[in-house]
Amino acid sequence: MARTVPASTRIGFTALAWLIALLLFSPILWVLLTAFKTEAEAIAASPTFLPQQFTLENFAAVQDRSDYFKHAFNSIVVSVGSTLLGLAIGIPAAWAMAFAPTRRTKDVLMWMLSTKMMPAVGVLIPIYLIFRDLRLLDTLQGLTLIMTLINLPIIIWMLYTYFKEIPVDILEAARMDGAELWNEIVHVLVPMAVPGIASTLLLNVILAWNEAFWTITLTSGRAGTLTAFISSFSSPQGLFLAKLSAASLLAIAPILLMGWFSQKQLVRGLTFGAVK
Amino acid sequence: MGSISLQHVKKSFGEVQIIPDISLDIKDGEFVVFVGPSGCGKSTLLRLIAGLEDTTSGQILLDGEDMTKAPPARRGLAMVFQSYALYPHMSVRDNIAFPLKMAKAPKEVIDQKVEYAARTLNLSSYLDRRPRALSGGQRQRVAIGRAIVREPKAFLFDEPLSNLDAALRVNMRLEITELHQQLKTTMIYVTHDQVEAMTMADRIVVLNAGNVEQFGSPLDLYKKPANRFVAGFIGSPKMNFIDGSEAAKHNAHSIGVRPEHFTLATSATSDAWKGKVGVAEQLGSDTFLHVHVEGLGLMTIRTDGDQTFSHGDDVYLTPDPTRIYRFDAAGLAI
Ligand SMILES: Nc1ncnc2c1ncn2[C@@H]1O[C@H](COP(=O)(O)OP(=O)(O)OP(=O)(O)O)[C@@H](O)[C@H]1O
Ligand SMILES: [Mg+2]
Repeated sequence: MARTVPASTRIGFTALAWLIALLLFSPILWVLLTAFKTEAEAIAASPTFLPQQFTLENFAAVQDRSDYFKHAFNSIVVSVGSTLLGLAIGIPAAWAMAFAPTRRTKDVLMWMLSTKMMPAVGVLIPIYLIFRDLRLLDTLQGLTLIMTLINLPIIIWMLYTYFKEIPVDILEAARMDGAELWNEIVHVLVPMAVPGIASTLLLNVILAWNEAFWTITLTSGRAGTLTAFISSFSSPQGLFLAKLSAASLLAIAPILLMGWFSQKQLVRGLTFGAVK
Repeated sequence: MGSISLQHVKKSFGEVQIIPDISLDIKDGEFVVFVGPSGCGKSTLLRLIAGLEDTTSGQILLDGEDMTKAPPARRGLAMVFQSYALYPHMSVRDNIAFPLKMAKAPKEVIDQKVEYAARTLNLSSYLDRRPRALSGGQRQRVAIGRAIVREPKAFLFDEPLSNLDAALRVNMRLEITELHQQLKTTMIYVTHDQVEAMTMADRIVVLNAGNVEQFGSPLDLYKKPANRFVAGFIGSPKMNFIDGSEAAKHNAHSIGVRPEHFTLATSATSDAWKGKVGVAEQLGSDTFLHVHVEGLGLMTIRTDGDQTFSHGDDVYLTPDPTRIYRFDAAGLAI
C-alpha cells in the first residue's frame, strides 16, 4: 500500500524545502546580481535588488588589475593534477584495503579519516617551513602536492567503499586467467569501478578547486589559484563590492557549470552504496 | 601434463583450523570430484590448489614442481567459479580472449582459438553480447570457454552447476564429462551433490570437517565405504543405519542397509522386519517407501515403480544378507 500524505502536509513541506533552498542560494544570487551593478549602486544606502544600470565594467576592471586567466589556469592544474595524482595513489591503496585486508586495515582507514578532523592551522608552521626549505612555496608543484595529500583520505575512502561492492570472484578469475597485479587493476578493477572512480574524481576536483586555506597561505603571485584571486579583491573597508562579486562569480562559474553538468554522475556516485 | 600432489597440506584462518592435514595424489588426466557437506572445506582445498589462498603448511606440487608459493597466474590452472565471475564490462569474445591476451598470444591465434571455443560450446552467435544479456547456462559456457582456451594443466570447478535449474544441470553435467573425454586434461570438480560426484568422477574424495574420509572410484565408495560417514553420504536415497541388538546379531556396533537392498513382502515371512508405510514417494520408475519398522525406526526402501503402496499398509522387509554393511563403535567399516 502506498503511503498517503495529506495535501496540506505535502504543500507545507514543499514550501519549507523551497524556502531552505532559496536561503542557501541567496548569497550566490546576491553575488550574481551585484557583479553587474556599479560600485556606487552596490554600496548604496538603500540597496537595490536588480542592477539599475547594467554594467560589465567590473569584469574588465578585475581582469585589468589581476590576471583571471592565469589564476584559472593554476586552479585547473592544481585541482585536476592533485586529483589524478590522488587517484594514482588511491586506487592501489584502496585495492589493497578492499581485497587484501589485514587485521589492521580498519584502523588504518579510521586513522586516515581522523587526519581530516585535525584543524589545518595546527600543522601550518611545519608545512610552511618544509615548503620554504624545499623551495616549494608559491609553486604549482608544491600546491598540487599539498592538495593531493589533504584529499587523499577522502579519495581512498570513497574508492574503498566502491571497491567493496565489486565481487572478489571476478578479480580472482583474472588472477586465474594469468593476469598479474597490474593487469588485474587496469583491465578488470578500474573498468568495473568507472562510476565510482568518476564521482571520486569529480568530487575531488571540486574540493581542490574550492580549497582556500593552503592556497592562500602557500602562494602569492605566481601559483595563486582562483581562491587566492578572490581574496586579493577583498578589502578591509568593504569597498569594491561589485568588483569582488565579479571576481567571485568568475571564480565559481567553471566549477558550478561542471557540477551542474555532472550532477547525475555525482549523485549516483555519492549514493552508490546506499541504494544499490 | 597435469598431475597434482598435496603433501601434508594444512590451512587455518586465524585460530580456526579448517584443513588439519591432507595428502592427495591426483594423476594426470584424472577427473576427481571433491564432495562433502557444506562447510567441510571443499572450496578452501580447491582455492589452495589454485593459489587463491596460501597454505598454512605443507606442499603443493604440480607436475612434480613445488608450486606452494607461486601466485595463481603462474600455476597454469584454470578455474570455473560458482558465480561464473565473467567480466561484466567485456563482450563474450573479450571474456574468452582475456587469458590469451594476458599470455600475449598473437591476434590471429586469439581469434582462431576464440572462434573454435565458441563453436565447441555453441556460443558463436553470442560473441558480441555482454554477459548480462546471457542466460545462466550460456554464462556458464562462457566461463568454461574462458577456461579451455588457454589449455591449462588442469581445470578447477567450484560447484559450477549449482545456479542452474535441474534440467540444465543434467545437460551441463554431460557436457563437462564429454569435454573431459575430449580434452583428457586433469579436472577437479567440487560439489556437495553426490549424484554429480558419482556420475562424473574417475575418483571421488569424500571430505568431512577438513579430513579426507575416503578417496576412491565411485563404485568403490558405494560398495566398500570406509566408514559410516562415507556410507551415509554416497548413495541416494541414504543408507539406513541400525544400532543396538539387531546390529549385535551381526557382531557390529551398527549396521547399514541401502534402500535398494531389501526384499519386500506383504505377508509375514520368518525373521522379516515388520513395518507400516508412512509416506510413499512415487517417481514412476521407482517408488521410495518410508517405512516405520517396529523397534528399529524409520527406514527408506526402494522398490520398482509398478508396485503401489499407500499410507498405513503393512509391509515385511528382509535385508539382503550379503549386502549388510557393518561398523564398529568408532564408525569404521568392519
Ligand atoms: N576467508 C575465510 N576466513 C575465515 N574462515 C573461512 C574463510 N573461508 C572459509 N572459511 C571457513 O572455512 C570453512 C570451510 O569453508 P569452505 O568454503 O571451504 O566450505 P565448502 O565445503 O566449500 O562449503 P560449501 O559447500 O558451503 O561451499 C567454513 O567453516 C568457512 O566458514
Ligand atoms: Mg564451497
